[in-house]
Parts: sequence; structure tokens; C-alpha cells
Amino acid sequence: MSDATMVVAAGGAGSPSRLRAFLRRLRSGDEIAHLITLIFASAIFLITFLLVYELWRNSALSRHRFGLDFLFTRTWDPVFEHFGALPFVFGTVVTSALALLMAIPLGVGAAIFLAELAPSRISDAVTFCIELLAAVPSVIYGLLGIFVLVPILRTTVMPFLKATLGFLPLFQGPIYGVSLFAAGVVLAIMIIPFIISISREVLLAVPAEQREGALALGATKWESTWKVVVPYARVGIMGSILLALARALGETMAVTMVIGNDPKIAASLFAPGYSIAAVIANEFSEATSDLYIHALIELGLVLFLLTIILNGLARLLILATTRKATAHA
Amino acid sequence: MNKRRVLDLTLVASIGLLIMGLMTVSGGAPASPVAAPDKMLLNGAGATFPYPIYSKWFSDYNHLHPDIEINYQSIGSGGGIAQLKAGTVDFGASDMPLNDKMVGDFKVKVLHFPTVLGAVVPTYNIPGVTQELNFTADALAGIYLGKITKWNDPAITGPNKGVNLPAQDIVVVHRSEGSGTTFVWTDYLCKVSKDWETSVGRNASVNWPVGLGGKGNEGVTGMVKQQPGAIGYVELIYAIQNNIPYGRVRNSSGSFVKAELSSVTAAAAGVAKSMPEDFRVSITDSPGKAAYPVCSFTYLLVPTKIQDATKAKAIKDFLHWMLSDGQKEAEPLTYARLPKEVVAKELKQISMIE
Repeated sequence: MSDATMVVAAGGAGSPSRLRAFLRRLRSGDEIAHLITLIFASAIFLITFLLVYELWRNSALSRHRFGLDFLFTRTWDPVFEHFGALPFVFGTVVTSALALLMAIPLGVGAAIFLAELAPSRISDAVTFCIELLAAVPSVIYGLLGIFVLVPILRTTVMPFLKATLGFLPLFQGPIYGVSLFAAGVVLAIMIIPFIISISREVLLAVPAEQREGALALGATKWESTWKVVVPYARVGIMGSILLALARALGETMAVTMVIGNDPKIAASLFAPGYSIAAVIANEFSEATSDLYIHALIELGLVLFLLTIILNGLARLLILATTRKATAHA
Repeated sequence: MNKRRVLDLTLVASIGLLIMGLMTVSGGAPASPVAAPDKMLLNGAGATFPYPIYSKWFSDYNHLHPDIEINYQSIGSGGGIAQLKAGTVDFGASDMPLNDKMVGDFKVKVLHFPTVLGAVVPTYNIPGVTQELNFTADALAGIYLGKITKWNDPAITGPNKGVNLPAQDIVVVHRSEGSGTTFVWTDYLCKVSKDWETSVGRNASVNWPVGLGGKGNEGVTGMVKQQPGAIGYVELIYAIQNNIPYGRVRNSSGSFVKAELSSVTAAAAGVAKSMPEDFRVSITDSPGKAAYPVCSFTYLLVPTKIQDATKAKAIKDFLHWMLSDGQKEAEPLTYARLPKEVVAKELKQISMIE
């Protein structure tokens, strides 16, 4: 509202004709729509700013006590009040990366099939199911993870990986079921619907002329899909992956149920780990000392920064690839 | 044209009014739900463990005294303490007593009123073993420190003659989230093991030497059930209500005791004589012969000075009722009730509220 009064005041200070023009636009609604949407848009900035400010302010004790060491310390000891974020950053990054590694080929592949190759009846039915999957609450994925997925991983998948790829340190050590690996798989299942759903929409939005042009030049159906349609939709597909990454980084409930909740850094994916969002949710309600609470809030700040950094990197990647794509075209 | 103009003006005016309306709603004083003058609202917040009985108490008390309404939010002990400190609630609730530093942080003196008792029991999943196991303090501390790693370790087989314990690896499971249950468990381990006290300590969450974290009693139970060779700890109430088998623990007089409501009350009675005036005491490893060693009080935290005299009276009346009639409701809800000695002491403490 203060914006509005300011603009009105500014209009009043100018010549009468400007005021009249302003009033005319006001009457036809443009000016109002402009102001209202401006207020809404600036609210986003305000919320982001307030979020960072509050996280910064409420983590002061921990920032002063540990400084930058907070990021590189492996201990998390609420009794002796020694706090470090490293195992949680490690767990968050590893599980999210693992999830993307599994979800991107599956998700993008499925989207290509649904948008380009499948008969529309099948495509619609599958898309409907995918949108249902995207709406399932994360606690449900977590429960299925504990009671269905983890036992399968422990008795079948992990022993198989250990027997075949056990020479890699990634697949060594005792098998508990709950692990970084299990969290990665659950996250992959949770983010695949996002990737498929958005990528499919983007692929469908590619103009038919693009396909026709490629076909007219003698490309096969697959060549036109892979060499023309997918590159054209690259930005949107990347967008879907970004959104999926954001969900994976911030996922709390499903992760804490299957990750094992042990703040250690191990080379093996079979070892239990811990993520930032999970530890905040787990320990916040019973944190009694001020330093403890501030350390948990600083973890929130770290997660925020981590999200910004990873998002930025992904954006750079998009920029690089789109520039290449336009250079080709 | 004229008509169009009128329409536009109405539109502009109505949007303006709408915005002004929104501004007054958000900017003006919120119309807070004020209780009717003859009705008093007491606000409390804190521990989740006693929530089932607290909500029953507060609703029953409201039936008896329709003019007093007690609103309790089970947000966790830490949150309850923080809100009481900030003065946003009339009383707090906690599964652990405030330590000296926290007491010093409060502007007014805070009284601890034990309400009911809880206990924590070891549960396990060993292939081929169906008997109730006996655990010594050394065995439990050794397992949770990661020093005892096999089920056929002499420290475990010793008190379990006749049970065929396999050479299976022990998988330790603990709570992942901060919890009063973990506080009681680690407090017990501190008392029975110097090693544990110096390297790990007691708290709602600790830096565990070994093990996997499960969320909530149900998470720990789930992991123990799935993982052959696992051991975990859960609340007694949860174990009883869900028919989860659990082991006996040796108490300080040397007998192996199974956790039951009576053996938990006995533990509190065991320390009643030596109990400090402010009730800030741990009752783990209690000296009583029939006492189960891993249990604790859960507390209501009430400030000594309450500005509003009618509020102070209402809280005092409720505490009186809780210590008499209220205690009778504990056992049907599988909470262990307070021993007589403790009730008598608490009744005296009520007069300290002004």
C-alpha cells in the first residue's frame, strides 16, 4: 500500500496531464494490476530476505563459537556442545546426487517415451498415475521404504552389489539395510514423477515444425526425437531436474526413516548416514541449550547456502548447454 | 460510456476497500480469542511422553470445573522449557529435570512437580532366542559403547544360563530424534558406567559411539524387528501396549527385575527418602530391592510467582487434584503412579506457589 501512495504522490507532484493519464490508466485497471502484482512479486524478495536474516540472527552463538570450523568438523555432540556440519552436508549431498543419478535417466527416458513415442491413450494413463505419485506424502514413501524397500535392499540388492561390485569401496562393509544407498533410492523414487511430468510437458510443447523439418531432411523418428526435439526442450528438462534436486535436498521425513541417522562419514554407500533436514527435524524439539538451538539453526543456514550453490551450478550448466545448442542451430 | 465509467469506478473502489480491509485485518490488533470473563484458560506446553494422560487429566478436570480450561501442547520437553522461559505459557512439562545452568537462566524460580513415571526397556531380535534375556548394567553399557559386539560375549551369556546365544553380531539401535526416552537410557548408562559418563554423557540426544537411529519408539521397534541381532530401547508403555517382548535388567541390589508398573513405582519409592526438596533427581539405578533400574519421573514445571492470583489458585487446585484423584487414572493408561512418599512431599511444595 505504501508503494501505491508513493506512486500517487509522485503523480500528483507532476503535471496535471500526467495525473490525468495516470487516473485514466487507473480506471482501466492496468495500473491496479501492475501495483498488485508488483506487491506480490516483492513479497517473494521480502520472504527470502527475512528467512536469511532470521537464520543468520538466530545462529549467532554457534557462528561465533565455531566460526568456519562448523563446516569442517565431523563431531556432533549435544552433551559436550561440540557441533560440526560436515557429516550432514556429506549425507545430504551424497543422497541427493545418488537420487539424481538414478532418477535422471529413468525420468527423462520415460518422458521421451510418453511424449514422443507412446500412443496417446497409454501416455495419458501413465501421466495420470505419475501425477498421483507426485502427490503422495513423503511419510508414505518413508514407511514403504522401511517396511518394503529396506528389507529387499538388505536381503537381495545389497548382497548382490557386494558380490559383484564389492571391489569398489562404495559397496563394502556390513549391510544394515538402512543406509545412504536406501535414502538415495527412496529419494529417486520420490523425484522421478517430477522429472517425468515436467519433462513430458516441455517435450509436448516443442513445435511440430521442428519434428517435421527433421523428418523432411530424412531423419528417422528417433533421430528427430533425440537430435532435434530433446535439445530444443533442454532448458525445460533441466528445469525439471532442478526442481527434483530441490525436493531431494530438502526432503526430511522419508530420508530420516531410511538413512540410519548416524552422523558419520563413510566411503561405503551401505553405511548409515544423516542429512541436514533430518537432523534439524529430529533434534529441534528437544534441544534445550541456546548454543544447541543456534547450531541447529546454523545447519538450516548451511542447507540454504547449499541449495543456492547447487542451484547456481545447475543454472550455469543450463546456460552452457543452451549456448551450445543455439550455436548449433 | 457513462455506464462503463460507473462500473470501472465501482471496481476500483471495491478493490481499494478490499485492500484497506486486508490492511486493517493484518495491521490492526488481532482479535484474539479471549475467554469469557468467568472462564479461565491455562496454557501449558512440553513433553510428549505424558501427553495421553495429561490430555485426559485436563479434560476430566474441565468436566469437574467447567470454569477452568487447560490447554496443553505436546511440543517436546525442550520446547516446553523454552516457552516457559519466554513466559508464553503458564506451565511447562519436561521428561528431565532442569539442570543447574538452566535453573539459573530462569528469571523466576521454577518448581518441579513429578506427575507420573516412565520406564525404558531393552528389546532385541536374536535368531533362535525366544526367552526373556537378563541384562547386567555392564552388558548394556558394553553393547552401547561398542565394546561388546557378539551375542555370545561372556558378559551376556553369564546371567543367561540355558539360553543358546549365537555368535551373531550385535546391531545397536537408538532413537534418532531428541527424546526423554534417550535421556533416561543414557542417564542410566552414566550411573552404571564411568566410561559412558566421560565419553558420551546424558542428554535427550547424544553422540552415539555405535548404532543406527530409528525415529520414535515405532522406528526403533521396526528396525529391531527387521534386523537379526539387533538390540534397541523403547518406552515401557509402548512395549506393553504393542506386546513387544523385552528383557530384564539387573538392579543395584543384584536381582534381575522385569519392568512393570509396580517395579517402576518401587524405583521411585526407593529414592523417596533421599530425594532433594526440589525433586530434581534421577531415579535410575534406584536402591530398592524390587526397583526396576531404568526409569524416571516426568515433571510439570510451575513458576513460584504467578502474577494473576486466580490463575495461581487454579494451578494449585489442579495440582492437588492431580496428586489425589488424578493418580488413580494413571494405571489404566499404563503409566506408573507416584509412590505415597513422593505425593506427600509434593503436596507440601504446592504452598510455595504465590
